[in-house]
Amino acid sequence: MFQTILFYVFSSILLVAALGVIFSKNPVHSIMFLVGAFFQSAVLWLLIEAEFLAIVLVLVYVGAVMVLFLFVVMMLDINVEEAKSSIAKYTPFGLLIAGLMIVELMQVIKLRSANQTLQGFSINPPDYSNTESLGSVLYTEHVYAFEIASVILLLAIVAAITLTMRKRPGLKVQDIAKQVAVDPKDRLKIIKMKSETES
Amino acid sequence: MNISSLMPAFVFEQWNLVPGYIQDLLIITLQIVFISICVILAVAFTTYFERKVIGYMQGRLGPNRVGPKGLGQPFADVIKLLIKEVVVPSKSNRFLFVIAPLLSLVPALATWAVIPLTDGFVIADINAGLLYVLALTSVGVYGVLLAGWSTNSKYAFLGAMRSAAQIVAYEIAMGFALVGVLMAGGSLNLGEIIASQSGGFSNWFIIPLFPLFVVYFVSGVAETNRAPFDVAEGESEIVAGFHVEYSGVAFAVFFLAEYANIILIAALTSIFFLAGWSSPFEGWTILGSESFLREPSFFWLALKICFFIFVFFWIRATFPRYRYDQIMRLGWKIFIPVTIVWIAVEGLMAWMKVGPWAI
Repeated sequence: MFQTILFYVFSSILLVAALGVIFSKNPVHSIMFLVGAFFQSAVLWLLIEAEFLAIVLVLVYVGAVMVLFLFVVMMLDINVEEAKSSIAKYTPFGLLIAGLMIVELMQVIKLRSANQTLQGFSINPPDYSNTESLGSVLYTEHVYAFEIASVILLLAIVAAITLTMRKRPGLKVQDIAKQVAVDPKDRLKIIKMKSETES
Repeated sequence: MNISSLMPAFVFEQWNLVPGYIQDLLIITLQIVFISICVILAVAFTTYFERKVIGYMQGRLGPNRVGPKGLGQPFADVIKLLIKEVVVPSKSNRFLFVIAPLLSLVPALATWAVIPLTDGFVIADINAGLLYVLALTSVGVYGVLLAGWSTNSKYAFLGAMRSAAQIVAYEIAMGFALVGVLMAGGSLNLGEIIASQSGGFSNWFIIPLFPLFVVYFVSGVAETNRAPFDVAEGESEIVAGFHVEYSGVAFAVFFLAEYANIILIAALTSIFFLAGWSSPFEGWTILGSESFLREPSFFWLALKICFFIFVFFWIRATFPRYRYDQIMRLGWKIFIPVTIVWIAVEGLMAWMKVGPWAI
């Protein structure tokens, strides 16, 4: 009962935030609404005891992806009026895609719920740990797919960093190792001398 | 020792009349209030500690006018900030301008929910505690970013941009360092990570994971925008960075968030690498059979936190500010490769059954 109330509260906030993403005039406000929407979906996942997914959603999307979005959007100077004028042109196309997605989702939900009755929130045993059960599936059944995916992602980081390691000939840059290894003795000479006093 | 024996009996009778879920709610709310107040008080005295430490390192006395030994200084500062006027720039984005300090304070306080202060006292003993910590520390950047943007000033904006790029870069190294910790600890729960380091100084993760410890702590300094990584507020170039237009209480909240983050990073480093509340002398029979020094207690955690806070200030008083490209180079080209290599080394250690994996 209590969980049902919470579910409706959080979903309505989620819907409001999602609408805010589309309708707010300022792109930075849109992004903050999207961050709010991610948080609400994370909370909905927490309600069905999927705490690993919920926290990873916040970690990856709110903590990294949206920060970069915000980073880019802040630097853009978007002319809202100009963007508004082209909305009418794209409306039918957008509606078509939205309709298609709704139909697809309905189909999946109908297919999934055909041979099972609706269940409440606490369907898991009390000692259920989402993190553990996810881990035990990922590292046994899907271990190859999981490892290959992680190696590809790691490779992407390494590749991106390697791209910045290029050397252009004739470029005047500081040799940082040399700068760090500077010894005060090479630059500074301390001379002992008598202090000059009056009289 | 037992507080409940001091209470008169009718208090218990009244308490037992209250429904169970309201009892839980009251207890948790009181715990949250207690921890928040403790953190805020700790922040107040951390600012005093910083000024004293840096004062002595620079051959000065530090604050010594308000109260005995200057101990009243933090409260004088708070009162000064509270009675100042809050100025909102006229061309700024008012709502985001006001909410930005709160966005940086809330994650700094909310992370304390999963931090075990003693053996058994933790507000939320959740299984994915380490992930929760990572998620919340990464949310803290929004306060700085939004403050810089909503101020509508070039200086503030530059500060926000620098801070965002820096935090995103160091977060990756931090996450990789924590991967090493959870490999050694075998759990995402902070209490279990501490428990797996029990047995005295030689079992702490700082020994097998020393490179990760260094990476984690330095990334922590970078994440909190402290010197020598404080380019987000570099006074010599961009005035005060993201909080240039903030005054009074709004500035105080930013200040509070920064110091709360310092204490948090100090606490997390001591939990992940120095076994949190457990004693370094556990199992030392030289200290006698019933020694306070061998017992795990909050005292040890507090001592370790104080030490790391001191290191923060020590670093600040010692090193000049990094140049921006050097910060990026350190984060991307040194820390990330070091962590990746050390995770591989750890895999080898686990395979050869040495260090924390020896059975």
